[in-house]
Amino acid sequence: MAKELLKGNEAIAEAAVRSGLEAYFGYPITPQTELLEWLSVRMPELGRTFMQAESELAAINMVYGAACTGARVMTSSSSPGISLMMEGISYIAGTELPVVLVDVMRAGPGLGNIAPAQGDYNQIVHGGGHGDFRPIVLAPASVQESIDLTGEAFKLADKYRAIVVVLIDGSIGQMMEPAELPPMQQVDRQRPNWAVTGAKDRDRRILSSIYIDPENEEQTNFRLLERWNQIEANEIRYKEYYLDDAEIVVVGFGTSGRVALSAVRAARAEGIPVGLLRPISVSPFPYARLKQLSEQACGMLVVEMNSGQMLHDVQTAVGGKIPVEFYGRMGGVIPLPDEILEQISRLCYEPVAPSANPRESWMDRMDLAKN
Amino acid sequence: MGLEPQFETVYKRPDTFTPTTTHYCPGCTHGIAHRLVAEVLEEMDLQEKTIGVASVGCSVFAYKYFDCDFVEAAHGRAPAMATGIKRVLPDRIVFTYQGDGDLASIGMAEIVHSTARGENITAIFVNNANYGMTGGQMAPTTLPGQKTTSSPAGRDIEDTGYPIRTAEMLATLDGAGYIVRRSLHDPKNIRKAKKAIRLAFETQERGLGFSMVELLSTCPTNWGMNPVQSLQWIEERMIPYFPLEDFKVSPNLSQVRV
Repeated sequence: MAKELLKGNEAIAEAAVRSGLEAYFGYPITPQTELLEWLSVRMPELGRTFMQAESELAAINMVYGAACTGARVMTSSSSPGISLMMEGISYIAGTELPVVLVDVMRAGPGLGNIAPAQGDYNQIVHGGGHGDFRPIVLAPASVQESIDLTGEAFKLADKYRAIVVVLIDGSIGQMMEPAELPPMQQVDRQRPNWAVTGAKDRDRRILSSIYIDPENEEQTNFRLLERWNQIEANEIRYKEYYLDDAEIVVVGFGTSGRVALSAVRAARAEGIPVGLLRPISVSPFPYARLKQLSEQACGMLVVEMNSGQMLHDVQTAVGGKIPVEFYGRMGGVIPLPDEILEQISRLCYEPVAPSANPRESWMDRMDLAKN
Repeated sequence: MGLEPQFETVYKRPDTFTPTTTHYCPGCTHGIAHRLVAEVLEEMDLQEKTIGVASVGCSVFAYKYFDCDFVEAAHGRAPAMATGIKRVLPDRIVFTYQGDGDLASIGMAEIVHSTARGENITAIFVNNANYGMTGGQMAPTTLPGQKTTSSPAGRDIEDTGYPIRTAEMLATLDGAGYIVRRSLHDPKNIRKAKKAIRLAFETQERGLGFSMVELLSTCPTNWGMNPVQSLQWIEERMIPYFPLEDFKVSPNLSQVRV
C-alpha cells in the first residue's frame, strides 16, 4: 500500500476497520470526533456495527456488552469523556474482556479546553477506574505509529483479555501526515470459548465482574496480576534515539517525546552528548531500560505536557542515583524544541544535585522565564 | 402396564430455571417475576438463544437463577449493555431484569435512549417503591408520604419531588413497541403479568421495537410488613398511583394470540 496524507483520528479509525473491528460505540467530543464520524460511514457500508450512544457512560457499557459476545470492539473519547468511562473500564477489566479504547487527550482539569495535553497519564496509566488492575497503554507519536499501534492494540487485547488504551493527544489526532494503512482484514465472527452467544449445544456461560466471596475476588486479583506480570515480561515497547554514548537522557512520550527529539538533534549538532528514550508502552513502563540508562548517564530530563506525571515513574526507575529534571507545559500549550534545548543545555553545563525536587525547580524556572 | 395410575403434570419447575434456591426475602414477589420470565422463555423455546442482563440491586444475582447465558451489568447500565449485545447478535433474544433504583434513577438515561432507539430488547422492570438491596432507601418510585430509611418522616414531595411513572413516560417515545404495567399481588394479576411478559418477548421476536413490562412488586422486609399486608399495600397504595394499563402496544401485536 502506498502512503497517503491522513489525519490522525481518521487514520486510527481506518486502521481499526482494517484490523477487523466488528463494532464501535462512541460519543462526540473534540478533539476526537473525526474518529467517530469516519466510522459512522465505514462500519455500516461494511455491514458492521456503528452506534452513537447517548453518553460516554452508555458507550463504554455498550462496548462492555458487545465485548461479552467475543466481538472485536472499540470506543474512543477525549479526557472528560474518558472520565465518564472509568466505571465501565473497571467492569471490563474485572470481567477480563478484550477491548480497545482510544483517548485523544485535551487540557484540563474540568472542561479545560480542546488543545492537546497529556494530563490523563495518571488517570489511565495509574488508574483506569476503581479496584485493582492495570490497563495496557500505548502512546504513539505520529500518525503512522498510531495506525501501527491500533492494530497492535487489538492483538494485545485478545492475547491478554485486557483493556488496551491507545493514548494520544489532540495534536496527533488532528495532524495530517503521510502514512500507510494496513491491508483489510475481515471480521472474524468465530467466537472464543468464553463468550456469551446463547447456550446452544453447550453449558450456559456467565460473564461478570462480581465475586461476592472475598477469597474468590482475591483469587481474581491474583489472576489479573499474574497476567500483568506476563505483560510486563513481554510487552514493553520503547524507541531509542542517540543513546549509545548519551550522558544526558531525555524521556518523553507521544507528542512531547516527538518535540524532544527535535531538541535532542539540535543539541547533538551543538556537540552535547544527549539521547532520547521515548516510551511507547507507558504501561507496562520501561523501568528496567531506564535503570540501565541511569548507570550510563549523569542526568535525565523528563518532558511532558502536564505537571510531571510520568516523572514519578522515571524517578522510580532511576532510584535517586542521578539527577532527574523536569520540563513541562500545561493547559494545552505544546513545548517548543528551543525550550527543551535550553533545558538540555542547562543540564549539561549546570550540574544539579540528585536530591533536588524536579517539580519545584521547574516551577522556579518557569517563574524566572515569566519575569 | 396399565396398572400404574395416570397422572398429568400440571405444574413443574421450568427447565429455564436453575435448581437453586434464591436469595430473595420471604414474601418478596421477585421470585414470581423470575418464574414468569422463565416460563415464557421455556414456552417460546428461547432458552438457547437468550442472553440475560442482570442489574445491580436485589436482582444482582438473577444470573444464578435463569438457565441461559447471562452477563452482569453496572448499576443502571443494563440497557446499554443489552444494546451492545443485541447490535452484535441481532438474532438472539436479549433481556434486562432491573429494579426501580437501577432503571428509573441511576439508569434513566440508558432506558430512555434504548426506548427512543427502538432497541429490540426486553426490559423486565420490578417496581417495589424502594431501594431493596441497600436496605430500603427512598427510590424515584417511593410514594408521597412513604417512610423509607432515607425519608424517615415519609417522602416529602415539597423536598424530594414526585414519584416517576416510568412506563407512561417511556410510552411517549416512538421507539416503544410494547410498554405495560402489571402487578404481582394476586393470582389473577400474576396471570396477566405472565401474558404481558410473553407479549414483550413476542415484540422482540418480531422486531417491533423496545418492550418493557413494569411489575409492581412487594418488599415486606423493607416496608416493615408481613407478606399479606404487603400484597394489600400494592393494591391499596401502589396501584392508585401506578395504574395497571397498556401504555403502548404495537398494532402488529394484535395478531399474536397468547
